Amino acid sequence: MNQVNKTFEENMQRLEQIVRAMEHGDVPLEESLKLFREGTELVQSCGKLLDEAELHVKKIATDADGRPVEEDFNDEPVG
Amino acid sequence: MGQQVLSISQINAYIRSKMEADPMLGSVAVRGEISNYKVYPSGHHYFTLKDENAALKCVMFRGNAQHLRFKPDNGTKVIAMGSVSVYPRDGAYQLYCTAMVMDGVGDLHAAFEQLKEKLSAQGLFDPAHKKMIPKYPGTIGIITSEAGAAVHDMLRILRKRYPLTRVRLLPVRVQGAEAPGEIVAAIRYANYYKLADLLIVGRGGGSIEDLWAFNDEGVAHAIYASEIPVISAVGHEPDVTISDYVADLRAATPSNAAELAVPDCESLMQTLDSVQSALTSNMLRRIKNARVHLQTLSGSPALQSPVRYIAQKRNTLQLLSSKLINAEQKNVGTKKQRFIALTAKLDAMSPLKVLTRGYAIAQSVDNDSPLRSVEQVNIGDMVRVLLNDGQLDATVLDRRKIR
Repeated sequence: MNQVNKTFEENMQRLEQIVRAMEHGDVPLEESLKLFREGTELVQSCGKLLDEAELHVKKIATDADGRPVEEDFNDEPVG
Repeated sequence: MGQQVLSISQINAYIRSKMEADPMLGSVAVRGEISNYKVYPSGHHYFTLKDENAALKCVMFRGNAQHLRFKPDNGTKVIAMGSVSVYPRDGAYQLYCTAMVMDGVGDLHAAFEQLKEKLSAQGLFDPAHKKMIPKYPGTIGIITSEAGAAVHDMLRILRKRYPLTRVRLLPVRVQGAEAPGEIVAAIRYANYYKLADLLIVGRGGGSIEDLWAFNDEGVAHAIYASEIPVISAVGHEPDVTISDYVADLRAATPSNAAELAVPDCESLMQTLDSVQSALTSNMLRRIKNARVHLQTLSGSPALQSPVRYIAQKRNTLQLLSSKLINAEQKNVGTKKQRFIALTAKLDAMSPLKVLTRGYAIAQSVDNDSPLRSVEQVNIGDMVRVLLNDGQLDATVLDRRKIR
């Protein structure tokens, strides 16, 4: 439903796995270099997602059949 | 005059005993307006209750006063419960007040307590039933008035803390007779169409009557039945509603609900920074360990002399191979077979087991001596790399001294 957030959540989970794996000493050097590269890329992409995100706000209305439709909501900050 | 003469103490004690024997005075509820309200350092509260034509002195001892659910003030209309008796020192009667509620909302308080007890008995507040609030909610459904400040407070905080989420506003009335029905319908609708990963249900501050929709039994059951986790966000900090008890998480205010609903961008950034430095220091440590290990291996005689051995054999091999090439009359195929056989033999004889494990030896092309430092070669030089299954002649493209 929200791909950006899903990607972020999955990236964070994968990062946690990588950190755990690397803190465990039994990963071969070559493998840990791969994990290091992957982890660094994930850190960068997570940071980018956070930097570029913009809050989407929609109001739920109903169509003729009572199904939900999204409408714009004027969300000008008060004051 | 045979009449008995009494002391003041005696007559006051008599009157007191008469009053205290009276069943009605022993337990009364009095409606009036507070005036002259004073809290003494002892913690006892003294005040006068009055109506248009009359006044009644009252005292509320500390033990009772600490259970007051509101802050009594001059002019507040209240119903005071207690007993009427005499204070012998002053010869004045007064109400010994044991409990006091605001007039008009007393009924609401009673209804609140009754409903709370009933729902509690039905298990609606059971901690075991409470659902986890998702760590990174993708879509947050906000059920509140679209007109109030509360929705803007929440959106401002969500935007600042975690703009990765999406917000779906389900506008409802939050006070008045229609409010409970609309709130129930919105919670069910959001669940039916799976509109969100997390619901925030609430409104900004107001009087107890204004917040009453969130003390509605139907609303309580709708929150309980919601498959989507619910954060309750009603009024200000001290306001507690039935919704707060039923919800999976209680927020003190709508703004607080927005804070509880999502992680904070800034602390996530800090987490990412610390993950990056943990990964980096871990990697550097591993490389350092590997280098120490490699040095230990390459410094051992088992590796040192075989390098010379293989270099000698390589010279012979080169000699042989040049002879092979020059020998036009010979059968090239036979020579080649011999060459291959020799190579295989050489490899079989080589104690350089390490080469089979992925290590490589870099040699100078000029003198076949192993390279131990990047300073032994220049960019553009040829180097010979001995691998498990052969050798590579390579040109040095780049040279970095790490240590």
